Amino acid sequence: MTPFRQPLGQRPELLRMAQVEKTFHGGVIALRNMNLTVNEGDFISLLGPSGCGKSTALKLVTGLMQPTSGRIDWAGEDGAGEKGAGDLGVVFQEPTLMPWARVMDNVYLPFRIRGVPFAEVRDEVLEVLRLVGLEKFQRAFPRELSGGMKMRVSIARALVTKPRLILMDEPFAALDEITRFKLNNDLLALREKIGCTVIFVTHSVFESVFLSDRVVVMAARPGRVIEELTVDAPYPRSEAFRTSAEYARYCRLASNALHRATGEAA
Amino acid sequence: MSVTDSRTPPLDHEEAARARREQVLRIAKWTLPSLVMVLTLLGWHLYVTLWEVPHYILPGPLLVLDKLIEDWDLLWAATLTTGRLTLLALVFAILGGALLAVAFTQSKWIEMSFFPYAVILQVTPVVAIAPLLQIYLDSPFVAALLCAWIVAFFPILSNTTVGLKSTDRNLEDLYTIYGASRWQRLRYLAAPSALPYFLSGLKIAGGLALIGAVVAEFVIGRAGTGLGLASTLLEASYRFNFGRLYAALILISLMGVTIFAVMSLISHLALFRWHESALKKDG
Repeated sequence: MTPFRQPLGQRPELLRMAQVEKTFHGGVIALRNMNLTVNEGDFISLLGPSGCGKSTALKLVTGLMQPTSGRIDWAGEDGAGEKGAGDLGVVFQEPTLMPWARVMDNVYLPFRIRGVPFAEVRDEVLEVLRLVGLEKFQRAFPRELSGGMKMRVSIARALVTKPRLILMDEPFAALDEITRFKLNNDLLALREKIGCTVIFVTHSVFESVFLSDRVVVMAARPGRVIEELTVDAPYPRSEAFRTSAEYARYCRLASNALHRATGEAA
Repeated sequence: MSVTDSRTPPLDHEEAARARREQVLRIAKWTLPSLVMVLTLLGWHLYVTLWEVPHYILPGPLLVLDKLIEDWDLLWAATLTTGRLTLLALVFAILGGALLAVAFTQSKWIEMSFFPYAVILQVTPVVAIAPLLQIYLDSPFVAALLCAWIVAFFPILSNTTVGLKSTDRNLEDLYTIYGASRWQRLRYLAAPSALPYFLSGLKIAGGLALIGAVVAEFVIGRAGTGLGLASTLLEASYRFNFGRLYAALILISLMGVTIFAVMSLISHLALFRWHESALKKDG
């Protein structure tokens, strides 16, 4: 049974952030005492106002930034905490594609950097493009695609190596609402198929509740976690979930937590 | 009428007028400059014949054409000489400019140490440097080449440097996360990002290489470069052979146009599929 179909409490641990703090040059505390355990199969949203350190938390997980204090440990590697290049997929707020490369070459990038010839991974690249519904556009250049399609390519690139963890930093914030809803549904459909583990940064209550099984609410100045909410609604979640009373209840809970977060910060 | 109707709907007045205007503009783009050219030549010819201007002050267009045909062997050889000097200077400018740009972006220390001198070399008029080059370098050809190179390499250097630095920050991060090597970053990320900048530098450098070659021929002379177009022009002026002078001038100018056209073509071929600058407006 794949981890994401198991109940929350029974999933194997993947990543643990223990008392992680980050203070920027100049004394701004970006993140204070963050504790978070990520289990395989989790879909975790980091929800909070801007400046709450949610993007900083992601950067610390990627290793682009080192914590000032505290530990970030990956499971199964004797606490050494080192990750391999195949362990992460990242999706940014912008599609962040290389405009000079065709869709398939953009998706091939993680393999190219690892030195894997294209012929060896052609099937993986085409398969992941099929998963995001862009197999017909494999030879297109990014400028020929709409904003939503570019974001799909970006997601395909993050998925192609079958990473243990996918980090998404407000990936749909710049899209219109209709496209965003569509991509939310498609993202969950993808997860049904491949069972990926996701940390998803957002400032939308509705998006976080719809997508995740765990919502981590954060507050700003200093950036910190103030509450964790479990969204105990079964997957697959469809459009019907969006209009259910259960969804509304979770949104209210998250929204209240967020109000407390911003109220404290004010 | 349904949306799926396959017939082309008739154009309304505004759209028809717009289509007409676009067609007129397309034709005018070629016919207007041609007309200006014909009128200028005609005016030139009439002025010279009606006012009986002596040929050693201003030769008429027909005389220039005569000279162009009469001296063709000499002028063509001169064109090849100047062309070779220009192209060699441009090739070295591309190599030197691009390599220096890579060195500058790979190491902040190298950039800080040498960039000011690249600027100094650029802002000092090459006419002032040329006589020194002639004195210190044994081979006048090398002196002429260096002269043209100094003028041409700077736009390539500065544009490519800016281009190599203009990579998308998030893509940089992505390359770091995937553990890319320095070489992979340069090859797959920085170089393609820099390509549009490099190519616009190349367009400028092409023109400057010709200017550099002409200056070198003027200052260093036939000793260094053989008999190029600029030295032919200078010599013709000493001999009051104004027909040949104008013929040489026209060839220099044509060479400049050709270089610019070739550089524009290269730039278009390299960028048209993906870069915004090469997009059609009606996209």
